[in-house]
Amino acid sequence: MASRESRSPRSWHGHFEPKRVPVGVWMQCEGCRATLFRKQVEENLSVCPECNHHFSLGALDRIAQLLDADTFEEWHADLQAKDPLGFQDRLPYPERVRQEQDRTGLAEAAVVGQGYIKGIRMVLGVTDSNFIMGSMGSVVGEKLTRAIERATEEKLPLVIVSGSGGGARMHEGIFSLMQMAKVSTALGRFHAAGGLYLSVLTHPTMGGVAASFASLGDFIIAEPRALIGFAGPRVIEQTVRVQLPSGFQTSEFLLEHGFIDRIVHRRDLRSTIAQLIDYTTG
Amino acid sequence: MPPASEYRLPFEAPIYEMEARLAEMETQYAKNRAGGDPTRLAEQIRHLRRELAALKREVFSQLDPWQIVQVSRHQNRPQTRDYLPLLFDEFIELHGDRALGDDKAIVSGLARLDDLKVMFIGHQKGKNLAERTACNFGSAHPEGYRKALVKMRLAAKFGLPIITFIDTPGAYPGVTAEERGQAAIIAENLMEMSQIRTPIVCVVIGEGGSGGALGIGIGDRLAMLEFTYYSVISPEGCASILWKGSEHAPKAAAALRMTSRDLLAFGIIDDVITEPLGGAHKDHRASAQGLRSYLIQAIRQLKTATLDELMNLRYAKYRKIGVFLEENPVSANGRP
Repeated sequence: MASRESRSPRSWHGHFEPKRVPVGVWMQCEGCRATLFRKQVEENLSVCPECNHHFSLGALDRIAQLLDADTFEEWHADLQAKDPLGFQDRLPYPERVRQEQDRTGLAEAAVVGQGYIKGIRMVLGVTDSNFIMGSMGSVVGEKLTRAIERATEEKLPLVIVSGSGGGARMHEGIFSLMQMAKVSTALGRFHAAGGLYLSVLTHPTMGGVAASFASLGDFIIAEPRALIGFAGPRVIEQTVRVQLPSGFQTSEFLLEHGFIDRIVHRRDLRSTIAQLIDYTTG
Repeated sequence: MPPASEYRLPFEAPIYEMEARLAEMETQYAKNRAGGDPTRLAEQIRHLRRELAALKREVFSQLDPWQIVQVSRHQNRPQTRDYLPLLFDEFIELHGDRALGDDKAIVSGLARLDDLKVMFIGHQKGKNLAERTACNFGSAHPEGYRKALVKMRLAAKFGLPIITFIDTPGAYPGVTAEERGQAAIIAENLMEMSQIRTPIVCVVIGEGGSGGALGIGIGDRLAMLEFTYYSVISPEGCASILWKGSEHAPKAAAALRMTSRDLLAFGIIDDVITEPLGGAHKDHRASAQGLRSYLIQAIRQLKTATLDELMNLRYAKYRKIGVFLEENPVSANGRP
């Protein structure tokens, strides 16, 4: 499910909906409230130099940070959402998609292609939490599935960086839910063929994305303090009527409960990915 | 809450009224058989029976999506455990996930269906408060999905086809479920079910709630009983996100296009299984009969394929799902 409604602050990880580094010379860190020089934050990979708060990264910034310079070749950039349900909330869905495209400069919530990290060729997929909350509809599902199939065919390592607060995209109904099945089915074949899949979880990775490809890596690593889980904190609070413990559904919580391999600081992500791939290729 | 036998939906009122009238006439007929003029009364009874059938047909052919959701949640609607004795010639329940516990929201076991031996897995919601509490109203925890997976692996090892019954408002959203990796375990089920080398038939018998439904819902045949829904999100959840209140659930139910007819038209499901007149809750036995013949026929058909063919067909079945625009369509192998 997905919506663009802003939510009130929940716990110390700030907002359910991720905040980008705001425009302006100065900015306040949503982690430690320190006043920061924006340029300095950007040069620090969009991480707060005071408290290491990891600001949410767009797909293109993420690709630029991770890959060797100018090595990314995007695939299937022309895939566009359709409106199979004729869905309308306050806006007709096609209108919402157009607005999101104008606002973000992205065609959809996922970017896939190939590139190199430290000279290692790989297939890379990134979901962008800024585009309808990074939710998965038919286009995201199809792009990821094609990327997985290509990685299977060419025996390339696969890296998917998830940033999806929205899970499966409500506006495409059952088609979105079934993308979870489609992508997981493709990953089943990929694993059966002996492929290496490294899943990187970033803030936020929730719902249908967490309950499909994001959780199916040979390695699963997460950025610090990312919100990761199945049900949204608000839904849980409403259902069980308890105050959620501090740090609930964070990377640290998942590490403690055994569902991720490592928490990796953004500055070490590139080298960690290269290191892990090296161990799997003899 | 009225006793289950008296539970009725608002749009069922004229049906129950006519049924009461019919019952009264039948009683009178039985009493009067000795004397009076039974032929006239008998004629009236026959007439009313025909009228009742027509009324049921009329009411149930015009249900709107929200009414269908209500029927799918009807208190008297047969649940997995109601179907077991009606459906199978034998059922040997197998408990537990061999790791954390035995989730009552998932029922699993070996079953005999005509000459077929199968593994059965289904959600169970519970019929009364104690059962519902034990089953978390059909919302399984990670150990429930793990239990399903363990039994499915067992089935594949010995070549038993798998039947799953889906009837859940959704996977359990709670602290303990998150601690035990609800997302990770559902994800694993999706991937493993796509690869399990034995025929799988999945039927939505009530509510098809999102990831919790999908977690036991990947297979070679996907069918829905007539008055059920299958959706990415509950109508209440959708309404509270988009329209700021669960009272808009009827609007969301229509917008999400989640009924069996919608999903058949979308090509997401293979079949709609007709329910008895007036809905499955009016006649459990007849509903089981419809399921039984569907399951026997589907499994017999799937068993004619080799396992390699079956796996390729299953892959293709999910691979083709999705609706999008493409300016420069690629070749079939997905090359850019």
